[in-house]
Amino acid sequence: MSTPSLELETGSGAIAAPDEPGKDGRWRAWVIPVAALFAWWFVSRHVVAGHGMMTSPAQVLHTAIDQARTGALWRALSASLARELTGFTLGASLGLLLGSLLGVSPFANRLIGPSFNAFKQVSLFAWIPLISVWFGLGDVAKVVFLSLAALVPVVAHTSDGIRAVSPELLDVARVFRYSKLQTVRYVVLPAALPSIFTGIYLALIYSWLATLGAEYLLVAGSGIGNTLVDGSEQFRMDLVVFGVIVIGITGWALNALARAIQQRWFRDPAA
Amino acid sequence: MANSIARTLNPGQRVSLDGNHGHTASVVRSLGWSALPWLVPVALAVLWVLGSHYGWISPQILPSPTLVFETLAGLASSGELWMHIGASLSRIAVGFTGGVVLGLLLGAWLGLSRTAEAYILPSFNAVVQVPVLGWLPFLMILVGIGEPLKYLLIGHAALVPVTLSTLQGFRRTPAAYLDVARVFRYSRRQTIFSVILPSAVPVIGTGIRLAFTKAWLTLVVVELVASSEGLGYLIVYGRQLFQLDLVLASVLIVGAIGYAADRLLTLLEHKLSPTRLA
Repeated sequence: MSTPSLELETGSGAIAAPDEPGKDGRWRAWVIPVAALFAWWFVSRHVVAGHGMMTSPAQVLHTAIDQARTGALWRALSASLARELTGFTLGASLGLLLGSLLGVSPFANRLIGPSFNAFKQVSLFAWIPLISVWFGLGDVAKVVFLSLAALVPVVAHTSDGIRAVSPELLDVARVFRYSKLQTVRYVVLPAALPSIFTGIYLALIYSWLATLGAEYLLVAGSGIGNTLVDGSEQFRMDLVVFGVIVIGITGWALNALARAIQQRWFRDPAA
Repeated sequence: MANSIARTLNPGQRVSLDGNHGHTASVVRSLGWSALPWLVPVALAVLWVLGSHYGWISPQILPSPTLVFETLAGLASSGELWMHIGASLSRIAVGFTGGVVLGLLLGAWLGLSRTAEAYILPSFNAVVQVPVLGWLPFLMILVGIGEPLKYLLIGHAALVPVTLSTLQGFRRTPAAYLDVARVFRYSRRQTIFSVILPSAVPVIGTGIRLAFTKAWLTLVVVELVASSEGLGYLIVYGRQLFQLDLVLASVLIVGAIGYAADRLLTLLEHKLSPTRLA
């Protein structure tokens, strides 16, 4: 739900400390995960063996293979991802339109901006009960909720990015007698692009979180969130742990995808 | 507050400084400009009032504003509202404070020691990939659905942004400041408390504000899923009884408290930011 690597990218490496780990220091990243895995295995094997709540790494692996082989995993994952992408696309497109409008027109910003900021403050999930009354429990309600989740960061970052274009650049465009279209194409868009991309990136993360929320709170149909709910209702810890791992990997993959897109298409023009 | 700042800067008044002619026109324009932000909410409210009055919208889908406010007043006078707000706020107080304190410590540690960063940060980033809702069922089995579940999830939600922003703030100390500290032969403690920490305050402040937003969001989710009191519970309860007036009233309160807390933290941030270093 947060953007750790995004924030860290700019943060790390400002001062090179003397104990900077080199390439051969990479192994240190694995110490804690391996120790945790071992502790988990040890506790499940020797301390609370046979306790229903406790599951062992082997059991989780078994569940994982089982889920993958019966196709339950792929069904759930594809249902979730299809929802996520539909909601994200809808929300981000609407967000780009609204955000550009707010960024370009001071009138629109004055008219809608404050209402939008107030709306943003209401905790996103508080809308779920209302959405469930208005749109039911099916896919329509979920997609509406996801688009809402994706819309908010895109609007905020797009309008901020456009408004933050430095006046000097706009002056230059005026000196060169750029048309409105040229100004947007060659001055505003390149300058605002990094901020716009941050909004889209956040939208991708938020809509993934919202996908889980929607599946968790609007319980109908299938999805990876429903796998978690099932596991928790049947007290099947192995299924829950498996679900958590799948969610983590999917979130990481979405992150990596967004980063790759940024590298490919949204590189800072100044760099 | 934002309105008053904008009003002093609005184009209408700048025009009125030019001279006397067109004075009334500029006053009208200036009034129109400052009223602009209220247009959308007022229009929506009018539509809502008219809609429910003339029966355009079924009350099952959107109850009338009067009903929502009556419900709100009823909740307030029966004391039920304060009970639920109290429950929610005490959860936030424990979870948020715990998360912020731990996040500050962890972030400072990671920021000061490259060794700690090399060991811990990758695992931290892996854990962060799973959103709060992913941990919910896991923790529900481990610790049950009592108060510890809420504290843990809210704390986790607050911990992540605070840790990352503290780490970032500590790393971003301008090299020139560190040089000055070295020239003055500051001890490590002095360097941390009088150089690194003050220059990191703005970034950390932003992180804490973000942490509150996340904590508030998480509180609502946890109370929606597993709770028998609190504002989130009130929403679910209203939904189950199909009392949308109750749902809307609770959503209003959730929004109002979130907004107020955000303003308060922004104010605090400005108070604490060291202007000397800026």
